[in-house]
Amino acid sequence: MQPFQHLAATACPLPYANIDTDQLIPARFMKRSRAEGYGGYLLHDMRFSDDNTEIAEFPLNRSLYRNAQILVARRNFGAGSSREAAVYALVDYGIRCVIAPSFGDIFASNSVNNGLLPARVEEKDAEALIRLLEKDSAQLAVDLEKQAILAGEISIPFAIDPVWRMKLLNGWDDIDLTLNQAHAIAHFRAEDAARRPWAIPRVER
Amino acid sequence: MAQNPSGPKTLFDKLWDSHAIVTREDGQTLLWVDRHFVHEGSFHAFNKLKERGARVARPDLTFGVADHYVPTRRAGRSIDPAIRNMLDQLERNTSENNVMLFGLNDPRQGIVHVVGPEQGLTLPGLLIVCGDSHTSTHGAFGAWAFGIGASEVAHVLMTQTLWQRKPKRMRINVDGTLAPGIGAKDIALSIIGRIGADGAQGHAIEYAGSAIRALSMEGRLTLCNLSIEAGARCGMVAPDRTTIDYLRGRPFAPVGADFDKAVEDWMRLPSDSDAVFGREVVLDASEIAPVVTWGVSPEDALPITTSVPDPNTILDSGKAAQIRDALAYMDLKPGQKLTDIRIDRIFIGSCTNSRIEDLRAAAKVLAGRKSKVPGLVSPGSSLVKQQAEAEGLDRIFQEAGLEWVESGCSMCVGMNGDIVQPNERCASTTNRNFKGRQGPGARTHLMSPAMVAAAAVVGHLADVRPLIKERS
Ligand code: SF4
Repeated sequence: MQPFQHLAATACPLPYANIDTDQLIPARFMKRSRAEGYGGYLLHDMRFSDDNTEIAEFPLNRSLYRNAQILVARRNFGAGSSREAAVYALVDYGIRCVIAPSFGDIFASNSVNNGLLPARVEEKDAEALIRLLEKDSAQLAVDLEKQAILAGEISIPFAIDPVWRMKLLNGWDDIDLTLNQAHAIAHFRAEDAARRPWAIPRVER
Repeated sequence: MAQNPSGPKTLFDKLWDSHAIVTREDGQTLLWVDRHFVHEGSFHAFNKLKERGARVARPDLTFGVADHYVPTRRAGRSIDPAIRNMLDQLERNTSENNVMLFGLNDPRQGIVHVVGPEQGLTLPGLLIVCGDSHTSTHGAFGAWAFGIGASEVAHVLMTQTLWQRKPKRMRINVDGTLAPGIGAKDIALSIIGRIGADGAQGHAIEYAGSAIRALSMEGRLTLCNLSIEAGARCGMVAPDRTTIDYLRGRPFAPVGADFDKAVEDWMRLPSDSDAVFGREVVLDASEIAPVVTWGVSPEDALPITTSVPDPNTILDSGKAAQIRDALAYMDLKPGQKLTDIRIDRIFIGSCTNSRIEDLRAAAKVLAGRKSKVPGLVSPGSSLVKQQAEAEGLDRIFQEAGLEWVESGCSMCVGMNGDIVQPNERCASTTNRNFKGRQGPGARTHLMSPAMVAAAAVVGHLADVRPLIKERS
């Protein structure tokens, strides 16, 4: 996984609350293989009208924000379905960081597993960033080491689970960490089998 | 939250302790997974497995269920090739790994969150995961059950374990008695309306109180199912007599002395009386009215006796903008009475409300009446379908003018082609009223099966209570 340390890039305001994973990628596109790339389906029904033409006023369609690698949204971003395809759509589009006051738990964890930073900010800071991006400049810098978002002279702190921060900074993959625990797992299993014999399903196939 | 290891424990603490393998310095804990359900959407995870040249570590604890893409009108029809491919992929991935599959033609097939409990695969005290957010459903048994993403699914497939941080604990107490016609769905939507769609983020919810104890397993499953719509990591109800009576004799549940030993262990699971929760929410059951949603988030929930909110009376400009956007999508007028909202279609189904009790509740309202709009009734599993037919419920639905189809996720998510048409308004027993959830441009109102039946009979959103009274 690509580590995330510092990012200075175009940022796009999405002044909506509750952008759920059904919006991030509508279900009908999820039959496709990842190899085809999911970026074209990101926020599909918010970006495109029924006849597949771009909705000009949608922020990501404006030339100013088109190459955004950062999104700033309102509360409860990524609520809903656990579909990791929502994160694939963001990542394949080029997004590396989403800033919002709160995130769906499963979405946030999926993000970290794909090198995408979910940066939690105070509601008032999210509002300030949205205003700034709409009026002044479309550029932000995100420093994960310092947990700060930089807009010109202004620095806004963000929160992230410390474990997730380490994973992102180092580009770590859980599986490698787990395989090192084979001994502890085997030990747990031996004890658990005696403790909870009923936990193994009766074979009836 | 640091805790005294010998101090009082919540149900969740006990589940956590019995699954923790090791805890890293940074606070992440490696947990043992007792059951892992996979479905058609799990292909991303199986592909990750292949990339690593790995195989499923514990096929005996892994179960496949075909549900999201299964056609609900099967007999004599050819299946769309893209959908066929999704079903074949699951079939291949499970059989190559020696994983049991409840596939399209299995008489036990159904929605994963209906099949697990029905088959006795879901038990108290287990840690259950699935690449589906409504896995919270299984918490109804006092299991710890939650949805995970594809990377985590791959991790569980390869190791039968998962790294997690301990969520905070929250108790929702509902005491008192529900009025006739009011059920678990109304409790859940009332909670979400009160605390918000992100109100329980980062928390494990335990539902407690006399109104919860009085719920059947079906009702508890509905309640726990909707925990994720309040943003919770999981939701659970402590096991009791109701739980044990439901499980006895289920195909995969333990039998004989094993069952007795299990019951003994399960009875030690309920939270200690002096256990402390990070947050407590209290609801009075007698004050809960039938609830419907008017907007595009499950938090947009109100009693049927009220009106659509008026954004002009909301001071918070962000919130007002959110309401305006929802009203525009839903084509509703500010201040409009909820009972004035006309519908085009109904859907009874999904892992929220498709169990036998749900179908009975809807049939009770529909018996001898006609639906003013077309609609679909999709039982949660083939076994539920069988039972409903044995009770004659299928005839009630069909005589009312509704379509009685096979089981699957169906119109809850529209992946199998069952969709609500653009701009159509659907009264639905499902769990998400997100924009486009039931099809592009579809407008969804969430409510209980009895309330959907009432809406069908009247042709607009309606209070089911008078319709029930007429009957008694
Ligand atoms: S019925 Fe709906 S919510 Fe439940 S598992 Fe299927 S798609 Fe998900």
